[in-house]
Amino acid sequence: MPKKYHIETKKIPPRLPKIGKFGIVDWREDCARCHNCVKKACVYDRYRQETQYIKDLDEFNAMFFECMGCFSCVQKCTKGILALTVNPEYEGMGNGYYTPDIILTTWNQAETAGIPVSGAGYRGKFTGVGFDSMWTDMSEIVRPTRDGIHGREYISTSVDIGRKPKLLSFENNRLTTPLPPLVDLPVPILIDMFPKEYQFPNLMPMLLAVAAKTGTMMIVDREQQGLLGTYNEKHLLNVVFHVGKDASLPTPEILRKSRLIEIADDDGVEQRIEEIKTVNPGLVVAVRVELDSRGEGRSIELAHNPAVEVIHIVSDINGNQTGVETPGFIKDMTRHIHTSLVKEGIRDEVTIIAGGGIALAEHMAKEIICGADAVTINVPLLIALECRFCGSCRDGFDCPAKIETITAQYGVGRMTNLIAVWHDQLIEVMGAMGMREARRLRGETGRALFFEDIEEETFGRLFGKRISS
Amino acid sequence: MEGSLAKESVLKEILPENTAKTLVPQVEIAREVKPAPSRYRNEIAKYIIRRDSNCKLCGKCAEVCPHGVHVLKPGYKLFSAPHLNVCIGPSCQKTDHYCIDLCPNKALKMVENPMLKAMGDFRWTPDMLMATWKMAETGEPPSPEYGYDYETGASGGGLDRLRFKFPEKPPVDLRDDEIDTSIVLNRRDDGRPQIKIDVPWYGGGMSFGSVSNVVQLSKARAAVAFNTFTCTGEGGYMERMKPYDDHVITQIATGLFGVREETIQRVRIVEFKYAQGAKPGLGGHLLADKVTPAVARMRETVLGISLFSPFPFHSVYSIEDHQKHMDWIKHVNRRTLISTKVSTPNDVDMVAVGSYSAGTHIVHLDGGYGGTGAAPDIAKKNIAMPIEYGIVKVHCFLTDEGIRDKVTLIASGGLRTSHDIAKAIALGADGVVVGTSELVALGCIRCSRCESGRGCPRGIATTDAELAADVDLEWGTQRIINLYSAWRKELVSILKRFGMRSVSELRGRTDLLMHLDYTNDVETHT
Repeated sequence: MPKKYHIETKKIPPRLPKIGKFGIVDWREDCARCHNCVKKACVYDRYRQETQYIKDLDEFNAMFFECMGCFSCVQKCTKGILALTVNPEYEGMGNGYYTPDIILTTWNQAETAGIPVSGAGYRGKFTGVGFDSMWTDMSEIVRPTRDGIHGREYISTSVDIGRKPKLLSFENNRLTTPLPPLVDLPVPILIDMFPKEYQFPNLMPMLLAVAAKTGTMMIVDREQQGLLGTYNEKHLLNVVFHVGKDASLPTPEILRKSRLIEIADDDGVEQRIEEIKTVNPGLVVAVRVELDSRGEGRSIELAHNPAVEVIHIVSDINGNQTGVETPGFIKDMTRHIHTSLVKEGIRDEVTIIAGGGIALAEHMAKEIICGADAVTINVPLLIALECRFCGSCRDGFDCPAKIETITAQYGVGRMTNLIAVWHDQLIEVMGAMGMREARRLRGETGRALFFEDIEEETFGRLFGKRISS
Repeated sequence: MEGSLAKESVLKEILPENTAKTLVPQVEIAREVKPAPSRYRNEIAKYIIRRDSNCKLCGKCAEVCPHGVHVLKPGYKLFSAPHLNVCIGPSCQKTDHYCIDLCPNKALKMVENPMLKAMGDFRWTPDMLMATWKMAETGEPPSPEYGYDYETGASGGGLDRLRFKFPEKPPVDLRDDEIDTSIVLNRRDDGRPQIKIDVPWYGGGMSFGSVSNVVQLSKARAAVAFNTFTCTGEGGYMERMKPYDDHVITQIATGLFGVREETIQRVRIVEFKYAQGAKPGLGGHLLADKVTPAVARMRETVLGISLFSPFPFHSVYSIEDHQKHMDWIKHVNRRTLISTKVSTPNDVDMVAVGSYSAGTHIVHLDGGYGGTGAAPDIAKKNIAMPIEYGIVKVHCFLTDEGIRDKVTLIASGGLRTSHDIAKAIALGADGVVVGTSELVALGCIRCSRCESGRGCPRGIATTDAELAADVDLEWGTQRIINLYSAWRKELVSILKRFGMRSVSELRGRTDLLMHLDYTNDVETHT
């Protein structure tokens, strides 16, 4: 039996007090100084931690500690002087798409590498937009068992990146179809380029280490190659150089030692691919297509070109189409591209990697169900480093989380933990769905429930036409 | 009472000798509403009244308030903390005893409690939590004066967007006592007992381990009072549960924790749990911290080791295997009914028909937004469909197959109020299973911290002896009895407005529902 894919993780505590959701407001002037103060009975011992925070106080937000919101102290206090409130700093985190809840769970996952588990039922909206408008399906009986998730069976998350032949030909029992080069990744996640405004010194070497530790690859702008620091030939196995429209190709030596390269889409794509293949025919070439008004059509067009092996479709960081008044969402655009290629009978020949808006492990699983072979991420890795996604760096201000000061051990550890726990969650979902391979998950919309479809199927026939979204 | 020791001679004929000997006298619990106030000193109220320094301590507010909000104890100079939970808020403005206006010094101010923002969630709004507490305290639906908007949550879909289309006037005038809320659980005509429960709901499976034994017993005692059932969950069968055998469902889940022939033989219903709505396809979870010595002993496992139930049953990969399972149970206990609990995948309709054909009496659907003591967050929201869809799908399919009246369809998974129960029945279920609401009645605030450490800080979903001691058995029983009582009154009120004599008349009456997001112009058959 082949060795199972496993990412080594280690708990990496946060550098700063977490910005918790709740805070206790304490009207101390009315305190009766009870001997058996309810604070001492806090199940989570948060008050003792609060005292420590205050002792170590170096900024205001430290006042908001990790209260669990159980209201026990509030309801038991003899004088009724405690009140629970939602931390305004917590509410202010993120950008609307990356919500405070997403940021907090990402911090926790990056810290512990543990799958988030909680009690009580689901607490959110019935449905939502984007990835929240679909559910994965499950199989009641046939599946790899739960034992599979925990080790006795194997659920594979590996994917092949590259072009696949439509059919294989044999002559005299010998394969005559030339097999194209493929890059095998153990997990369907690649690290995408970071927008310049979110970069900081030493980020690139850390990302490279994360890619190496997790066995995946990171995309690096050719022009930022220098930021990688000292890297050797071995590291090229984990690097995908991105070559912009007007940028020159990496040196032939690098091309010969790389596995995958990405070029920006333009009219000269075919010629560029030929140039690369002349140097290294075994190098897989991906074409990066921005999902603007032309993106979907262009991706479908490229898939027809036998020279194109991989298409990397990219929306904005929130998963939205760019440059249009009513933007489509990454999941729907991927589904459209995938379905079009399936109808034309060429889907299996080309690899589609999708990026933008993949904020949680569940988004990865859903994006693959909608038709992507693999996904790219960047912002979640930044959040793993305790980024609050406040935009201060983008606007030229100091980072309140002081990300530029992190050590390699911390940065690599937290980002590795996040990828590991996303992998574990993908396995959980696949286990529930009865899927043994991530390759088979791709485009398996029969194993998903889409809100519009099921709502129409169930309530449409009972209540007529839906009039609001 | 059917199956109780009153019929011991009959039992001996159908039960092995060793089981009949271990049966213990069954306890009767009165279905009686009694006040059961909150166990917390400071109850959370919708409105708060602030008293500023202009107060001259004249006592006018205490004098005019008929609800006893303001407390000026004799001999004391200062007011005690107000009883804000009985304040009816702005609706008092229309009365002649509105303290805010009557205060001669204008020292009082009423505001909505800002803490509510930190309480509850989209599914369980603060109003719904407070209204459930009020019902558990009084046994009555909360007075409209309190202004609780509790009939629906704020999830923006499913049951929260469905409303009943009540006629202006009931077609028939009925008295409350003419309305029957009971349902039958065995429709197979297979010679097994015709069990009837007095209300169209029973308590969901919560294992010892996920909740304390006091909570389990409170649920069981309330089930006795309402001649309905509660379920053991998969954590085994406590000795202390035996006096309530006739109202307990033994659950057989994939971990088979505590499943023995003796526990199967004691009960009138055995439930096979194939899946749970909160974590479909993933099996049970009990994290290490909650595996205390008592829990480990009950489950015959090792102290402090996390318990993950396998998935699925390793002996069931087909409907035929399922039938084999049921045959085993039916042979071991010749008077029991079988319930099959499944979650709601896309092919849930086929699963339901398969379960019926294998011989189940009850098909129990647990929707994707159901409760749990611990589940991966990724599973809670993202796997399988919400129960609203599952009910309609299965009800219609069973009807089309001509077997709808031969099986009892029970729904669960996010049903929170009597209004949800009525809507689920109107969508096609015969009855429902409730769980979280019972815990809310006991003081749960849905902080979602049931899974680890010492467990629930409110003393409910915990196995920590010190925390569990916060819930008293008598009090817990009464709170759930009160909640059931209030629910039954609300259900009777709904049926009365439709002129229905029985809750079974409501089943599948989607024509009585409207959806706020639809044109509602479809002529549906009744």
